[in-house]
Amino acid sequence: MIALLLRDLRLAVRAGGGFGLGLAFFLIVVVLVPFGVGPDTALLSAIAPGIFWVASLLAALLSLDRIFALDFEDGSLTLLATSPLPFEGAALMKALAHWITTGLPLTVAAPALGFLLNLAPEAYVYLLLSLLLGTPALSMIGTFGAGLTVGLRRGGLLLSLLVLPLYVPTLIFGAEAVRRGADGLDPTGALMLLAGITVGGFALLPFATAAVLRINLR
Amino acid sequence: MSIWEYANPKKFMGWTGPVLTWTFILGGVSLAVGLVWGFFFTPDDFRQGSTVKIIYLHVPAALMAINAWIMMLVASLIWVVRRHHVSALAARAAAPVGMTMTLIALFTGAIWGQPMWGTYWAWDPRLTSFLILFLFYLGYIALWEAIEDPDTAADLTAVLCMVGSVFAILSRYAVLFWSQGLHQGASVMRAGAVAGDTQERVSNVFAVPLFISIAGFVLLFVALVLLRTRTEIRARRMRALEARMRRA
Repeated sequence: MIALLLRDLRLAVRAGGGFGLGLAFFLIVVVLVPFGVGPDTALLSAIAPGIFWVASLLAALLSLDRIFALDFEDGSLTLLATSPLPFEGAALMKALAHWITTGLPLTVAAPALGFLLNLAPEAYVYLLLSLLLGTPALSMIGTFGAGLTVGLRRGGLLLSLLVLPLYVPTLIFGAEAVRRGADGLDPTGALMLLAGITVGGFALLPFATAAVLRINLR
Repeated sequence: MSIWEYANPKKFMGWTGPVLTWTFILGGVSLAVGLVWGFFFTPDDFRQGSTVKIIYLHVPAALMAINAWIMMLVASLIWVVRRHHVSALAARAAAPVGMTMTLIALFTGAIWGQPMWGTYWAWDPRLTSFLILFLFYLGYIALWEAIEDPDTAADLTAVLCMVGSVFAILSRYAVLFWSQGLHQGASVMRAGAVAGDTQERVSNVFAVPLFISIAGFVLLFVALVLLRTRTEIRARRMRALEARMRRA
């Protein structure tokens, strides 16, 4: 399983763009929002938590269809399905590799972008914490969506239609945690629920993902 | 003779024919009675005036929007466990009906909200979760349409329905966390009212036509789902026949 994870990471790095693309997209969304809503710093600091979370959602979405598409085309997914390795484990590793290539860089970079949106100083630590706890859930849910649409010729648009409603709870809890942190309220409740979604997702969704992949490989 | 025999497509076509006619007739009658009674023969509410009458559309539609999803979930489970094709087709047939119910609930709510709350839309937990439910319906229908092989489509949408149900419930409670709402809580089936406390109950003047209207919506939903399932079965038979003719 570790070998599979390392293989996916190596592919992401060497294929070019895999690693930095999500991050660059995240940066562009965060930079574009002030152009859209105007340079009012009070307004920007009020909406900053939401923007960071919506931007990470979109950045995660951007690279989802690459999770299984290449492996599906060249047949390695079939090999994985028939290998002695539990297929659920393979699905889990795919999600983890996706998180390391998109979620983790976002988490590290987001606080550095906080000053662009005039984020309240108290909120930085909660932004970091909420993204750290929440982005794995985005990757896992997205992996399930990617598994659903892997057999489709033009699955990209459908993938976003399927996955985005599933992202709603994560988005609510994540943005709420940062907002409470910024307002000086206690964000532990939201953070714990966020962690709950991630843990629950990683516990159950690999089974659903493996099931839909088996159906698609049939 | 077990209940599953009724799921045999041939048997299903046999018994649903007469049932369909009767549910359509009964549903149409109770809808007409419930709505006409509700709209023209109930007094105006002393604070809301005549706008209160939209509950005869709003409440049944909202109820059926949720029940349709639950029905799809049960049908998907039956398909996954017992692999009755009719079950998968019924789940598929229910989705557009449920989506329409969601839309009716959202629209009638907006029409009522404008004079009462002073706005067509508020980011209230109940309103928001219905909007999310609408998105789930949209995704479910889109997945059915996108996949060509019928069995693969049935399997994948069944899994989506199950995972989606979990997330729909999560979203329902997540939006509570996020905003406290304007929408009133459950009024018709409140604990006090079920226990028989008349002070807690919606007055019979309003409740009786409401229940008739709800019955009409339920029957209409059953009739539409049966009709759509029957159409789908016929379409499949046609395709099978065409395939056989091409081979011959």
